[in-house]
Formats: sequence, structure tokens, C-alpha cells
Amino acid sequence: MIPAPVRYARATTLEHAFELLAEPDSKVIAGGQSLIPVMKLRIARPSLVVDISQLELRGIDVRGDKLHVGPLTTWDELLEARELERPALAAIAECVRGIGDLQVRNRGTVGGSLAHADPASDMPAVLLALGATLQLRSPEGERDLRLADFLSGPFTTALSAQELITRIVVPLPAPGSGSAYVSVEHPASGFALAGAAALAGPNGSFRVAVTGVAAQPFLLDQDPETTLERVEIFGDRFASADYRRELASVVVRRARESAAARAKEDA
Amino acid sequence: MLEPLKLVVNGERRSLDVEPRTLLVHAIRDGLGLTGAHIGCDTSQCGACTVLLDGRAVKSCNLLALQAEGAKITTIESLASGGELHPIQRSFVENHGLQCGFCTPGLILTAADLLSRDPDPSDETIRHSLRGNLCRCTGYQTIVESIRAAGAEMRGGVGR
Repeated sequence: MIPAPVRYARATTLEHAFELLAEPDSKVIAGGQSLIPVMKLRIARPSLVVDISQLELRGIDVRGDKLHVGPLTTWDELLEARELERPALAAIAECVRGIGDLQVRNRGTVGGSLAHADPASDMPAVLLALGATLQLRSPEGERDLRLADFLSGPFTTALSAQELITRIVVPLPAPGSGSAYVSVEHPASGFALAGAAALAGPNGSFRVAVTGVAAQPFLLDQDPETTLERVEIFGDRFASADYRRELASVVVRRARESAAARAKEDA
Repeated sequence: MLEPLKLVVNGERRSLDVEPRTLLVHAIRDGLGLTGAHIGCDTSQCGACTVLLDGRAVKSCNLLALQAEGAKITTIESLASGGELHPIQRSFVENHGLQCGFCTPGLILTAADLLSRDPDPSDETIRHSLRGNLCRCTGYQTIVESIRAAGAEMRGGVGR
């Protein structure tokens, strides 16, 4: 399978990327691990791919009480990052280990995954539970958007045509917090049939997000059971809506238990 | 329209002209004549097309050739040197890590990436690393054994 004819340009600066993205049917490519497969299937037929992989939007950094992650950071780089080796952020590496495979983790980027917005992708659930905010840049300037407001539907986000994610900001949880990610995967595709991320605070509070079961990953209200009953869960030939709802409540429970145990570890 | 592409393939500088939509695997096989990177599933699942890009295993069917501009590419053809098989290749032969051999180049290069970072991986780590490589002959057991033995050989010690 070969993509439809396309032109290719490598952006050298953010401004250069914005100029290139002025072309109406252009598409951003970073690692390409989601985009190339859909181009090969010709579901995506951009006229121009704008390669942003050379921009300086990479790396993991703790600044004050915030974790900064560059959107071009690969899954593999997240796995190797010492900054994430604390109970409060344990969900990140736990989630990354289950993403794709070794080859995909070598190329795929966290920003690319967020912008692709597959409704069953794992990392959005973790970043929702951790309360992440995205810094976005476009020719119009810079804006910050909570991840919950960024995700707007299946493969749909708040990004405008000439806008890029320039930073992912995660507030460092209070001491005595723990986080966890638990999913049940489709055995062939590896995508989550249901996945849940939980952040347990030092005072017994929880923030929980779920992926794989609805149009987009979402945060649960204080009472997980009632949110799961209210949300429109989808079913397909692999798993019915009822089965997914049941799986969701199971992974939510397991993620909460595991996060709470890690919070104790950190206390 | 063709675009110029420069790569360092198996230690040699190579230049070729490719269509922007050309996948890296096609540039390597059809452009450079290195047919050790196999096209199996062509949907980025089977890993038969795995090559090393700057030392890391990637699926060359899931990458535009132009994305690799300037990169160092290692294919299976360069692993053996001076008629001597690479320890991972030898280990696959000695431990029956292959039957039909179609998936083998990809598995060996994935193993090379793994062992370069973790010279003494647990069996669980080996199995987890092979998630992106499908083999329909062996049942994987002998592949895991081959990689375990290659790791021991490359560490200069004996198997566990």
C-alpha cells in the first residue's frame, strides 16, 4: 500500500511550519506512526505533509511545581525519563509500556498522539487524570487549553489549521499522591477496549479518566458509577456497549486501587 | 516530482531520488537493492520491514523515506562482517530461532535494539519487545531462547 501522491516539506522553525500549514489540505507529521497508516489506506490524502520533527519541541523537564513535556518527545524517551520515576506520575510509564510496540514507541510522539485523538488511545486518559494543560501556538499567538477542552470528539480536537501543540504541562501532584493506568486491550490491535487512569491524592481524593469506551476519553465525576451510566458508551463487533461499560467499571476500580496503593508508598 | 534523499546506509553515504510518498522500505528495497527488509503485512503490524534508524528499530513501511533524510540506516545485510555472522544471527541458527526465515531480519534487528540497551533482558522483557514482530512458524519460544543466548554471548558470559 502506497500513499496517494503528496508533497513533503521539513519545517525549520515554528514560523516556517505556520507558513507551510497555510496550505488548506496540509497535514502535520511528527513520528508518523498514526498518520502514515491512514495515508497508506488513503483515508488521509493530504496535499502536503509538514514534517515538524526537527523543531525544538522535545524533552522532559520539571520546572517548579510543573512537569513540562515537549510534544515531540517519543514514547521511548518517556519510558527512559527519570523525572517520571515517582509514585504520583507512575501512570505515565505504566501507560507507555502498553502503547504500540517497540518500533512504534521509538518513533511515535506524545503530541502526535494527542493531536490524532483516537478515541481509544491510552495516554489522553492519563493526562486527563493528571490535569494536564496544553500550550498551543499559531500565527495568532499562544493559548493554554485544558486537555479536557482540547479533545472534542473522535479524531477531532480544538487545534486550528495552523496551530501546533508546543508544550504539555502537568501540575506535579501533592506529596503523598499516586497514579496508575489499567486497561483491557483488544488482543490484536492493542488499543484499549476500556482503559482507566487514576490519580489518588494524599487526602483520599481521586481524579479518574476513562478511554476506549466513548467518542473521546473523558473525566469521571466524583461518583464513577453514575458517570459511566450517563455517558453514551459505544459498542462494535469486538465488544458490545454493555460489555464495555462493565469493563470500564472494572478498570476504574483497579486503577483507583493501584493509585491509592502508590499514594501510600509516597506518604 | 522526485525529491533528493541522502542517507547513510550500512555505513555508506547513499543518494537517491524518491517521490515524496515513497515509503522507506521501498527506497531501501527498490532504490538501493537491499531486499533483506521484507514487506509482510504492509500495515505496520508484522515488523518484517524493521531496520535500525540511528540505532533504533523502526518499521520502514511506516515511514516516508524523506522523513529519514540524513539518518543512519542499518539493514540486515550489514550485520555479518568478513563472512562472520553477527552473534544474534548465529544464535538464531544455533537455537532454531527461524524456520521459513521471512520474519527473521526484522526480529534480529529488533533484538539488536533491545540488547544494545538492555544486555541482560529477562524473558518477559524479550517477549514484550517482540510485540511488533510476528512469526507464524516458530511459536516464538525458540526466538526468545535465541535472543537470550545472543545476549549472553555478547556480554561475554554464559547463558543463565
